[in-house]
Amino acid sequence: MPRSHDLSSPARGAVAAERRAFKRQLNKVYGWYTGGFVLFVLALAALEFLGLPRHWIGIAFLLATIVLYAGIGVLSRTSDAAEYYVAGRRVPAIYNGMATGADWMSAASFIGLAGTLYLQGYGGLAFITGWTGGYCLVALFLAPYLRKFGQFTIPDFLGARYEGHAARSVGVFAAILCSFTYVVAQILGVGVITARLTGLDFTIGVFVGLGGILLCSFLGGMRAVTWTQVSQFIVLIIAYLVPVVWLSVKQTGVPVPQLIYGAQLEKVTALEQRLIDDPKEQQVIAIFRRQADELAAKLRDVPAAMARDRDTAEARWAQLREAHAPLVQIQAADRAISALPFSEAEATAHWRRALAAAEARALPLAGMPRHAQQFAGDPDGSAEEREAFDVSRRNFLSLVFCLMVGTAALPHILMRSYTTPSVKEARESVGWSLFFIFLLYVTAPALAVLVKYEIFSVLVGTPFDRLPDWITAWSRVDPALLSVSDINQDGVLQLGEMRIGGDIIVLATPAIGGLPYVVSGMVAAGGLAAALSTADGLLLTIANALSHDLYYKMIDPDASTARRVAISKALLLIVALAAAAVAAQRPADILFLVSAAFSFAAAALFPALTLGIFWSRATKWGAVAGMLAGLGVTCYYMVRTQPWLREVFGVSGPLQLWWGIQPISAGIFGVPAGFAVIVLVSLLTPPPRPEVQAMVAGLRYPRQEP
Amino acid sequence: MKVADAHVRHWRANRWLSAWLMLAWFGVSFVVPYFARELSFQFFGWPFSFWVAAQGALVVYLAIVVVYAARMNRLDQDCGVAEES
Repeated sequence: MPRSHDLSSPARGAVAAERRAFKRQLNKVYGWYTGGFVLFVLALAALEFLGLPRHWIGIAFLLATIVLYAGIGVLSRTSDAAEYYVAGRRVPAIYNGMATGADWMSAASFIGLAGTLYLQGYGGLAFITGWTGGYCLVALFLAPYLRKFGQFTIPDFLGARYEGHAARSVGVFAAILCSFTYVVAQILGVGVITARLTGLDFTIGVFVGLGGILLCSFLGGMRAVTWTQVSQFIVLIIAYLVPVVWLSVKQTGVPVPQLIYGAQLEKVTALEQRLIDDPKEQQVIAIFRRQADELAAKLRDVPAAMARDRDTAEARWAQLREAHAPLVQIQAADRAISALPFSEAEATAHWRRALAAAEARALPLAGMPRHAQQFAGDPDGSAEEREAFDVSRRNFLSLVFCLMVGTAALPHILMRSYTTPSVKEARESVGWSLFFIFLLYVTAPALAVLVKYEIFSVLVGTPFDRLPDWITAWSRVDPALLSVSDINQDGVLQLGEMRIGGDIIVLATPAIGGLPYVVSGMVAAGGLAAALSTADGLLLTIANALSHDLYYKMIDPDASTARRVAISKALLLIVALAAAAVAAQRPADILFLVSAAFSFAAAALFPALTLGIFWSRATKWGAVAGMLAGLGVTCYYMVRTQPWLREVFGVSGPLQLWWGIQPISAGIFGVPAGFAVIVLVSLLTPPPRPEVQAMVAGLRYPRQEP
Repeated sequence: MKVADAHVRHWRANRWLSAWLMLAWFGVSFVVPYFARELSFQFFGWPFSFWVAAQGALVVYLAIVVVYAARMNRLDQDCGVAEES
């Protein structure tokens, strides 16, 4: 492939002119596209006004967007290796930034982030800084150097820098491990949204969404994925901003929520104090406290409590029979008897869960911390409060660290450094990516505060017979996401009587703010775009790692280009189906798996990549040992401390946290271990060959010879 | 200036620039959150440390990346290692 500095000046001028024309063309196409999307939404809004049923609006959004993405995929189909793997290396910085933004912002960012902020307040901001600050590391330490290296995948770099297959295969393993856990989460998100939009079964939803993903990445590889991602970014950012701006205008009259929500935060803080002091709320809390105490008493002597429960239930049944009560009541009493736990183990497990649930709700503000309060506990309080404060702060900082370093090591993001035309544009492209990500991330905390204000000031205190429609609609979808019940029987909703899951905050925002249904449909389409775009990028990363690194570089170096692309396509299909099959099982703790992907990437890849660029003395065996050590420490800590993994791997014994660090931040131990092992082993092994050291020096300068 | 000298200068300037920018990065990412409780004076309605984590840090990150790209692209020109001169 010709590199620009190999050409003479006139030819260079022609290349630059061609690039400018290409960019103008892109501006035109995406300008029309954005206008078309806005018109489409307005047309649906008009149809809703004229009486189109809601069901059809959802289906229209789903079909229109998937057909559109697939259409772009078909138009960009290719079998050329440079086009398939790195989109021909001619994506202008701003569009590469937009595509990276869509690649980056997953279902978790779009759907989950604002919900986490709603539930955790300041604590949730770790995700905001963590998921943006990582781009500084990408920009300063990785992107320009990887672009200068200019191959196809991240294991490519490891293989070339660390001389051979050992480092490359560990890199392939790490890339696949973190990308696969991540892609399962995306497909799960696609399934959930498709099911909500259309009312289809969840499993069918997964496979419909999968069709959309595949049509795009299968035919055109990175080229199709890039151009689709740009269009997906446009959909998702419009869908995210519109309801927040609307809500902001409704509450404050100012259409820039990011600037104004400080004032709303003050009001929320005042409302929080009022809710904490409210006697009705305290009554609800006391009821949950009593339930928790009863359960704790039962757990102290399980067999006796089981016998007592059985006696009570049977007595009630007999009493009803005696009094010739209606059959319905007797049947209910009968069912209550058969629902009693059979074994002691079952009873213990059941009551423990109920105890945890009751205790979580026997807290002020339905268990949420005050929104603006930094960390739990109190640095000036009792020893216990000081400890709680320290642990909470330590966990916040560790999470920020892991998310940042993980961001800078996720292969599907780093791969984006290869798709720009030059080192200069690779640097600029990171700036654009961060800018487009910034738009959403700076809005999410505003959304959380505005929704909280709406719920505290409007919803709480509403009589139960006048609750808005969305509450019934969502609690019908899944009671785990939203449930209300009149605990203290006063006919009015208290905050403590509502349980809300973080994942519905964004999807329900239009309904909470009383916006037309078409906005709800658009937000769901935005969530779908976010999940699809990330899934595309991840699937491509996995398929490329297998076809390019494993097959072409390690098994059959003589394979022709066409054969490599064909194999990559076949693998893409297999990986996608495997991921869908895993997602259809609805694996337990999916949010944990996503965060785990960050810790894995951080510990396995970041030390080897950065030291590979900045320290020419780092050796092959140092890198291999370091990657394995980083990954090993991270996995070990997770398996020892994460409840779900403990169950999977059958870990028994007491749960021992190191310095109180939660398993989500396991990378805080893995990353330093990785660095330390690379340095130690490198110093103990002979230095790399001179050619490799020359290559490392060459990475530093966009063009070496004058 | 000799080629090797230009390279040395370029690499040294690159590392200094990176180090200064990383210092700013560390400040808003870790130092401000560490003292979050102490830094909770009112700032346009937000407690200051809340505002930094929600917006201020993001603006600083964006500035870091943009400044790095601009300075490095100019440095490439000055040292004669730019791709298109």
